[in-house]
Amino acid sequence: MRPTLTIFKREFLAFVTSPIAYIVIPVFLIVVGWFFFSTFFIYSQASLRNFFSLLPITFSLMVPAITMRLFAEEMNTGSYETLMTLPITRFDAIVGKFLAAWALVALMLSPTLLYPITISLIGALDWGPVIGGYLGALLLAAAYAAVGVFASSLTRNQIVAFIIGVAVCFTLTMIDKMLFFMPPLLLKIFETAGADVHFQNIAKGVIDTRDILYFLSVGFLALAATRLVLENKA
Amino acid sequence: MIQVDRLTRYYGNACAVDGISFHIRKGEIVGLLGPNGAGKTTTLRMLTGFLAPTSGTIRIQGTAIDEDPLAVKQCMGYLPESAPLYPDMLVFDYLGYVADIRQLPPSAKDTRIEELVDLCDLSAVMHKPVAELSKGYKQRVGLAHAMMSDPDILVLDEPTSGLDPNQIVEIREIIRRIGRQKTIILSTHILSEAEATCDRIMIIHQGKLVADGTTESIKQSAGGLNLLHLVLEDAAFDDVRRVIGAVPGVTDIQSITDSPLHVRLTIETDAVRKAVYGAIRSQDWTLMEMRPETRSLEAIFRDLTQEN
Repeated sequence: MRPTLTIFKREFLAFVTSPIAYIVIPVFLIVVGWFFFSTFFIYSQASLRNFFSLLPITFSLMVPAITMRLFAEEMNTGSYETLMTLPITRFDAIVGKFLAAWALVALMLSPTLLYPITISLIGALDWGPVIGGYLGALLLAAAYAAVGVFASSLTRNQIVAFIIGVAVCFTLTMIDKMLFFMPPLLLKIFETAGADVHFQNIAKGVIDTRDILYFLSVGFLALAATRLVLENKA
Repeated sequence: MIQVDRLTRYYGNACAVDGISFHIRKGEIVGLLGPNGAGKTTTLRMLTGFLAPTSGTIRIQGTAIDEDPLAVKQCMGYLPESAPLYPDMLVFDYLGYVADIRQLPPSAKDTRIEELVDLCDLSAVMHKPVAELSKGYKQRVGLAHAMMSDPDILVLDEPTSGLDPNQIVEIREIIRRIGRQKTIILSTHILSEAEATCDRIMIIHQGKLVADGTTESIKQSAGGLNLLHLVLEDAAFDDVRRVIGAVPGVTDIQSITDSPLHVRLTIETDAVRKAVYGAIRSQDWTLMEMRPETRSLEAIFRDLTQEN
């Protein structure tokens, strides 16, 4: 397992020693903070519900921006060859990079913990949905980061990787809002394929294994697909 | 040490490497020569497990690469062409990262990095990002990267390309120094470099191995025809052709200049020279010059890689 951790460490340090983290994190906090607090005092409810309802759509734009460089940059500079001829497996490379992206999303999310803390000072906050919401956010981030890693393995162009990542994550977010256009036979499939429903279930404080399993499956499938893509490049 | 059997690789329909077989013994420094696009890099990428062969097998110390890629990669250090390293990392951090990935024990890590810094003369750039290094330094960091775990086999893809003459000499010096204990395979298209650093040369052309051996043996086998130059005075070409053409073992006579008469003989073996001299002495000619033509590696390389 040690090479996985070494790659995780290198990738995470690459995020925080390059401008990426310092661009992505403030943009995320400004967007989320603005949309949340612009309606917060109008509703005058001590809940984070609106904050969490925004997360799937913001994540589907921000997470691919974090993951886009992971493989695409290495393939472009050629360091991919250096990496893959070190004594590591593809699993080490994929999981190490995935964990680094996931950790960066967690870091990006951590300042928002101030919201529930300040809100609990001015009103009676129900902590159940808050804990569920953060758990769901981490699961959602894992699934989207895995999709982003996959998108990054497809191309040596980071912009293409970003657009593919956004397209897939955005589809997963919006698909259950498009049921109106779907053939009735497939309704059930599209309804359960959407990430938003599963996330909102957890964010209500209802932790159902089906929802957890959904995020784990998306993440697992995307990472397995990444491995297939990399195997095909050999 | 390295056993390669009918190695073949296709990119789509294009054949990059076409049935190459060879065997490299421990301690050899092997130079892989060939024009651009001959399949050198593809061969090295397959040797290091980066690319999978379309067919054929590679055995490193008895282990097939596809059976246990990790074990094979463990005993091998590889410097890809133009040393693609992480540009944003400091040299110091980069070497630490390689040591960690190679799983050097923490007690040995610092001493090993110090050794490599001495060997590759990196102390001046340890705290610079890789992106700011000159090509020569980058190549040396790449060498340090390849040698981190003190591997038995070093594979270097064009280690001196793009360097200035001083840097080339330095890198060659390093290669020769480590080559005393290690098996090294390096690719290059600079012939003098292969001649200077390698014990053995393999020439690849259009994916095929067209020559394999020491410089001497390649020169001998590729120069199967021996050429002998004669410069004679007081002689006419017609007479020379009549007299020397009669010497057994002389297969061809060509005149190059008329006065002084310069002819080129094609002879079967070196021993024919004696008979040729005897034939000259029996005449009234003045022998100004008699010299065998040694074909340079360049000429052999051109012959081998330009046909068709």
